Amino acid sequence: MKSMTDIPRPATSPRSAAALSADPRNVQLTEDGKLRHFLTIGGLPKEVLEEILDTADSFVNMGEKSVKKVPLLRGKTVVNLFFENSTRTRSTFELAAQRLSADVLSLDINTSATTKGETLMDTLQNLEAMGSDMFIVRHADSGAQHFIASQVTPNVAIINAGDGRHAHPTQAMLDMYTIRKHKGDFSKLKVAIVGDILHSRVARSQVQALNTLGAEEVRLIGPKTLLPDTLAGLGAKLYTRMEDGLKDVDVVIMLRLQKERMDGALLPSEGEFYRLYGLTEEKLNYARPDAIVMHPGPINRGVEIESAVADGPQSLILNQVSYGIAIRMAVMSMSVSGQTQQKVQNQENAASQGNDGETSA
Amino acid sequence: MTTHTNLPDVNTLIEQLAQQLKQHIQNQNLNNIALVGIHSGGVWVAERLHSLLEQEEALGTLDISFYRDDYTRVGLNPSVKPSSLPFATEGRHIVLVDDVIMSGRTIRAAMNELFDYGRPDSVTLVTLLSLPGRELPIQPDITGQTLTLAPGERVKLTGPDNLSLELQTAQ
Repeated sequence: MKSMTDIPRPATSPRSAAALSADPRNVQLTEDGKLRHFLTIGGLPKEVLEEILDTADSFVNMGEKSVKKVPLLRGKTVVNLFFENSTRTRSTFELAAQRLSADVLSLDINTSATTKGETLMDTLQNLEAMGSDMFIVRHADSGAQHFIASQVTPNVAIINAGDGRHAHPTQAMLDMYTIRKHKGDFSKLKVAIVGDILHSRVARSQVQALNTLGAEEVRLIGPKTLLPDTLAGLGAKLYTRMEDGLKDVDVVIMLRLQKERMDGALLPSEGEFYRLYGLTEEKLNYARPDAIVMHPGPINRGVEIESAVADGPQSLILNQVSYGIAIRMAVMSMSVSGQTQQKVQNQENAASQGNDGETSA
Repeated sequence: MTTHTNLPDVNTLIEQLAQQLKQHIQNQNLNNIALVGIHSGGVWVAERLHSLLEQEEALGTLDISFYRDDYTRVGLNPSVKPSSLPFATEGRHIVLVDDVIMSGRTIRAAMNELFDYGRPDSVTLVTLLSLPGRELPIQPDITGQTLTLAPGERVKLTGPDNLSLELQTAQ
């Protein structure tokens, strides 16, 4: 185990895969520590995160194939349950499922029965009755996906496409994939995440992933109103000045201002935000010359990032999109695999218990 | 009573395979063949054939984990490697190489994957060893040696350096 530097780290120390899956709170892993739901980065051991990245490697070159599919999820039904608007995330999940040869159903919740008063549980059970094998869920309430995973029929995998302000684990993993592919070993990297950290479920997942994967240093940069002190407990250093926070970093991740989530007057104006925290070519010079620039999208030119940077040679923003499909394919195929293995394990357990009953006469 | 199976020398076998393959290519008029090995043992054998045949074009490698027919029962193989076909398979004469053929399911999976990349003009199957136990009607065009193992015995190619065959007995 690497020795930690003196950056304040959270209380969670790396736990073995076995210990984590034995933890009843960890609904994400099978008895053998294999992924069977993908809800949050928290609680997943480094080996699982690395397995996701390695599996995605095999899916990244699908574009070269004439038939851009693998038959892994053939005959499986994948349902996109998006309770919050998203064209981008939903389309990449749809594409990922189709490339795995699954049958995809996208439910537009705004026009569905929930507006007629149906509860979340009833919607779910109705869809289960149609024989769904996987739900990809985006919800405005933090923790909704955990609730679903704990209630759903066995052998149905749940993938979190974003819950409230809590987590967006697939986005974090595609960001980790981007960093690993272009920068290599995490233990040598300083990573800065800039912008509306307060409202960002992406930032929370990214910080967890970076720490689990052993990044040298994780920095959060933003105005004080969007950067509560409690975030230091996640395992990151907080900065309110770009000049200080960006110094010598290897990776700069810009976040979008989540105006739709802001209740109070947290910022004087977008122009002020851009002046202090927007990533311009000038500010990028504080980082290392070979630093990479990332953004989960959609980008707001002139609000958090200058066009010259977004379109510049250090930007990997468009690469992130294609890596996103590969990561989602990896997570989906691993979860179905984990569910299958769990099912086999349960059957074996039931069979051996039955035998014990007979022989103990 | 178990009899110990005598395992052939791999290097001799591969040289033999190379000769047979050259003859086959001539007989069948296969111009501009492309070699493709199946991970991991097939890739090691294919690499040797690649140099013995003095192939200019890069070697293709296939990992069939995503095309296995037991995924719904067993799940994903933990050590999946990326497949790499650095040439268009459309219209090519492919020589598919594996270390051992037994049930034939690996070869079926490999062909399914190959065809998803593009339609080849032909596929020739070369295996180092052929064991009995076919569950599908698939046979190699060229094979180094047909082996019959004693009950409970399995054979494994070790590599990537100093290729050799190892006998394993299940206890």
